Amino acid sequence: MNAHARTQISELARRSIVRTIRQPAQVVPAITFPLFLFAINAAGLDSAAQLPGFPAPDYLTWIVAVPFMQAGLFAVAGLGADLARDIETGFLDRLALTPLSRTGLVSGQMAGTIGLGIFQGLVFLAVGLAAGATFETGLPGAVVLILLEIAIVFAFGLIGITAAFRFGNGEAVQGLFPLLFVFLFLSTMALPADLIQQDWFRWIAEHNPISFIFSGIRSLFYGGWDPTALAEAFGVAALISIVFMPLAVRALNARVVRT
Amino acid sequence: MSARSWSVARGVAWRGLHNFFHNPALVVPAVMFPLFFFTAFAGGLSNVSNVPGFDFPENYTTFQFVFVLIQASAFGGVFTGFAIARDFEGGFGRRMMLAAPNRRAILGGYALVALGRCVFIVALLTAIALVVGMEVGGSFANLVGMYSLALLVNLIALMWAAGIALRFRSLQAGPLMQTPVFLIIFIAPVYVPFNLLTGWVKTAASVNPITAIIEAARDFISGVPADLALAYGAAIGMLIFFGIWALRGLAKAEAAGG
Repeated sequence: MNAHARTQISELARRSIVRTIRQPAQVVPAITFPLFLFAINAAGLDSAAQLPGFPAPDYLTWIVAVPFMQAGLFAVAGLGADLARDIETGFLDRLALTPLSRTGLVSGQMAGTIGLGIFQGLVFLAVGLAAGATFETGLPGAVVLILLEIAIVFAFGLIGITAAFRFGNGEAVQGLFPLLFVFLFLSTMALPADLIQQDWFRWIAEHNPISFIFSGIRSLFYGGWDPTALAEAFGVAALISIVFMPLAVRALNARVVRT
Repeated sequence: MSARSWSVARGVAWRGLHNFFHNPALVVPAVMFPLFFFTAFAGGLSNVSNVPGFDFPENYTTFQFVFVLIQASAFGGVFTGFAIARDFEGGFGRRMMLAAPNRRAILGGYALVALGRCVFIVALLTAIALVVGMEVGGSFANLVGMYSLALLVNLIALMWAAGIALRFRSLQAGPLMQTPVFLIIFIAPVYVPFNLLTGWVKTAASVNPITAIIEAARDFISGVPADLALAYGAAIGMLIFFGIWALRGLAKAEAAGG
């Protein structure tokens, strides 16, 4: 990467961070909504930890993984909506006239969302620990957890970017949010796969990529270091990124051609 | 209600239901939202019924059906509130105000829209729940009791959302209509019976009027005696309260010129 490209990407990244900070309506729900669902589910399903074979020391430690994953869903909606606004207001067209590379343009837009993801990760970890969740891997585990959060937010943010370039309007991007919620719910979010009674549900949960991410996050909270679970979680995030980065660039190229 | 007011209410209701049923962007989420929750909760959490102390007489599908029934009814009301906000944002509400001799009939028309949407969603949800194995232990009268509670919740949520919509007259107030309803419904015995709740949710659920309604509806469907006075008292009390809230909102919209 040459000095010009670095300057251009850093300017885009700075704009992305400032824009995120200046939108409390985007930041506040991204923190409070996952925490609210965490509080409801932890208390409402507390007795599920009494099921024979439940792997976590308590339900709170099991369900604390969910807000970290929801941050990824907020990345889709938030980043996609921001980018859709850039398209609607013509900012993207002006940007496309500059010599900035397509990959740089896509990456630069991610900075604010990644910053928000780090903040979300730290808040969720602090709240989880304050609420009494077990965290067996200590400070190194916290660092890995934040790195995994960055990987999740980056991967899902690319889905939002692709959707924004493809659809070009914020309403359509927001429409993806409930769809992604389906993936979240049809996973090992609430119970481990072997405690899911319905065969069809268990099959989906076992093969749902989000379940692998949950396993990676949970491995840091209880049961000690599990390199396989972590590798699978980072692997899923990397796979989503590898698939969606070229799709985002291709959608951007198509968008620029159309305009 | 006079013949002219009835005519206004019917006109508003026909337009609202026509818009709803002819717009896939409105129908699809309204149908998918409760079905998705039903699938996720009844399918994914059925093992929770094996937790010691889980004393609901029917299966977990039935247990979750009741929650989703109440939730879908409430959101049918809230989404009709969105329609009110859209009508007033676009100026159509102002024209309706000019045409209606008694403007409360407009609110009555929207109530018919909410009830129509609710009946459609609830019928679909019930059919699907029966197909996937929902057990019903209650009598016909019990089921009438359960569905009447659902319809009351629908009207309560509509009146709440209408009060917001008529005050703000903008779809930007959507989160304000939706979020409190979402919160109050989830601070109730969603996944397990009340006796298995712990911590702050148990405290909050014990004073949440929706708890009484959900518990009574679950008693109805399983055919065990329900605390009717508490459930209907809570429902009718909230309907009166939010009915006044909506009428005051209508007065504010009138004062603002629609």
